[in-house]
Amino acid sequence: MNSLSRPILWALLPLILIVAVATAFLASDPLGPFRGSAPPVEELMIERTTLDEHGIGVRVRAGGSEPMKIVQVQVDGAYWTFSQDPGGALDRMSTAWLHIPYPWVSGEAHHLTLITSTGTLFEHSIDVAVATPGMTTERLTFYALIGLFVGVVPIALGMMFYPALRAGGPAVFEFALALTIGLLAFLLVDTLAEGLEFAGEAAAQFHGPALVWLPAALTFAVLMAIGRRKGEPLSGVALATSIALGIGLHNLGEGLAIGAAFATGAAALGSFLVIGFTLHNITEGIGIAAPMLAERPRFKTFVALVALAGLPAVLGIWIGSFAFSAHWAALALGIGAGAILQVIVEVGAYLARKSREQGRSWASVTILAGVTLGIVVMYATAFLVQV
Amino acid sequence: MPYEERETNVGAKMNGWWKSSVSRRLLLSVGALAGGAQAARLLAPAAHAQAARNRSAPSRSPHDQHDGMITPGAVNYARNGFDPHDILTDWDVGKVSKLPDGRTLREYEITAEDKEIEIAPGLMFPAWTYNGRVPGPTLRATEGDRLRIRFQNFGSHPHSIHFHGIHSARMDGVPGAGNVLPGGEFVYEFDALPFGCHLYHCHSVPLKRHIHKGLYGAFIIDPDPARRAEEQAAARSRVLGSPENAQWQEFVMVMNAFDTNFDEENEVYAVNSIAHAYTKRPIVIARDRPVRLYLINVTEFDPINSLHLHANFFDYYDHGTTLTPTLRTVDTVMQCQGQRGILEFSFKDHEPGLYMFHAHQSEFAELGWMSVFEVRA
Repeated sequence: MNSLSRPILWALLPLILIVAVATAFLASDPLGPFRGSAPPVEELMIERTTLDEHGIGVRVRAGGSEPMKIVQVQVDGAYWTFSQDPGGALDRMSTAWLHIPYPWVSGEAHHLTLITSTGTLFEHSIDVAVATPGMTTERLTFYALIGLFVGVVPIALGMMFYPALRAGGPAVFEFALALTIGLLAFLLVDTLAEGLEFAGEAAAQFHGPALVWLPAALTFAVLMAIGRRKGEPLSGVALATSIALGIGLHNLGEGLAIGAAFATGAAALGSFLVIGFTLHNITEGIGIAAPMLAERPRFKTFVALVALAGLPAVLGIWIGSFAFSAHWAALALGIGAGAILQVIVEVGAYLARKSREQGRSWASVTILAGVTLGIVVMYATAFLVQV
Repeated sequence: MPYEERETNVGAKMNGWWKSSVSRRLLLSVGALAGGAQAARLLAPAAHAQAARNRSAPSRSPHDQHDGMITPGAVNYARNGFDPHDILTDWDVGKVSKLPDGRTLREYEITAEDKEIEIAPGLMFPAWTYNGRVPGPTLRATEGDRLRIRFQNFGSHPHSIHFHGIHSARMDGVPGAGNVLPGGEFVYEFDALPFGCHLYHCHSVPLKRHIHKGLYGAFIIDPDPARRAEEQAAARSRVLGSPENAQWQEFVMVMNAFDTNFDEENEVYAVNSIAHAYTKRPIVIARDRPVRLYLINVTEFDPINSLHLHANFFDYYDHGTTLTPTLRTVDTVMQCQGQRGILEFSFKDHEPGLYMFHAHQSEFAELGWMSVFEVRA
């Protein structure tokens, strides 16, 4: 027996035992007496609704302890005819579309009640009925336009502060980086909150909150490891790229929310909201530009950074308005939160290092003022963009 | 006829609706965002296309009556063990014999049992039943008959039968008087009084639970013409089996409802338990013969229920305890919980066709209490 096969054999033993225990448990069914005549547990998640000239479409995901059957559907307290695709009982975690030819009223609320064979009710509200947009080139272009205004335009505008910041000298440089930390802190909280909100809408079996927190932690660790693979902390263009990536992931989530709001009519999207997002996100451009003040990057670099941070907003709106499930959104936002945390740490480390080199404490008035202003500006402009 | 065939036309009927649903408000809200012109271009083609289609003329086949508002599918009556169409006219007159004093004795057998029943297609309800059906058997007797009801409880909880009628305290069917434990039995005995349209139900506690789970039924006492000298004709027409009664088309209708998730709100409303049973298959009535409904309200949780008859008016006898109407020429009547009465009307001057009747609480109508008469010449 060589040195490799021995540990493998020892690893196999517990694995075999796990299978044996599971088999014995299922075969003997020791929980049988406790179940008694209790009906099966039924869970149903409404993942998506569409409204069109054929009526209301609903995608449901089942989470019952046994296959469950949707036998009747009420819309606004009236039984309504419907078809299910695919038909039949829904296994745990499986999805199906219900098509209900109901004459919904544009601009008003509707309430759906799905009833299973056991008489259990699952309710869902459509807050404001708006026709679900079809996937046309025109529609995609239209959404891309909004995405550009929400993501790309403000970041490009923010970056135009670069020459001014550069002309300002070391104190301004420090202040700009501190501002970046403040805005990133806001984005971190915002991203986590939004991720957890999606997590709450996801089917229970996905363990929603774990889908946010664990990817966040993992992403943070992986990005830290990649960033410091050469043993040195990030600075300059590399740090700016990290910030752009984190902000890009946040904007993806923002896009999902806007797209979903558009699709479900939950938000009265108007010019005001779009301009609000533009103002809100301008600070992000400043944040990305800040670490590069000591260098002289090429124009192409700026363009690439704007694209990395801003274009995910377009992608997010597309996905959000046409097809997405809450658990995927929670996962994406978890990853985004991890990425943002990484850049907060890197920018913080960079600032602390600069302060140390100059023999000062990192807790200077400039830095504290910058962080505070970053948070305040983001918070204040957030009033404009409640989706 | 397979019910699914009736659903094919639903999409087509929605065209006219969609035309108006692309609202000005939607155009404005999107327009504000995209600079107006582009959004208008996005939405306008759809609106024009819809407007170009014509709304088809409404037809009047039974299939179109619900226009989508229905519990789709079919209930398995064989598995339930009862058919709501049979319940309409299924009178239980008991085992009839003569007492030494010449009076009629009617003996009935009623059991209580737990039974899961299908109250709307696919929707199962864990009911408590009399004789395996909801509502229980329609007991029918004549004023003054001696009634002997042997009640056996095969259910999992104590039950009783409380009759709405005149009887002694010992026969009241309440805790302490005729309340029967599981496996037990009791014989209720009293005279059939007064004549009218009555009901019986379980009076064990908790009361709401025992009633809404399905323990109730109709209890009809026909008047004795011999005691009604001045209203002979009216009395005779009510006596089951008399030549005068034979020309009437009599139906018993128990308005009930089911709380499937036990939150003290009903999910399904019906007449004789099965949602939309008389919409999917209308009750056929002959135009030239008068109609008499024995209408009883046993709905729990909602204080009142009602019946509204389309395109016609009826006379109403509250509790059925009079031979002259207590309400004349009405088309809607409401009943509180436990209230009942007799409706009399005729379609003899109407054209044949489909005539709706339903609760005029639209909420109940949309949740299953919707029915249709098919009047045939």
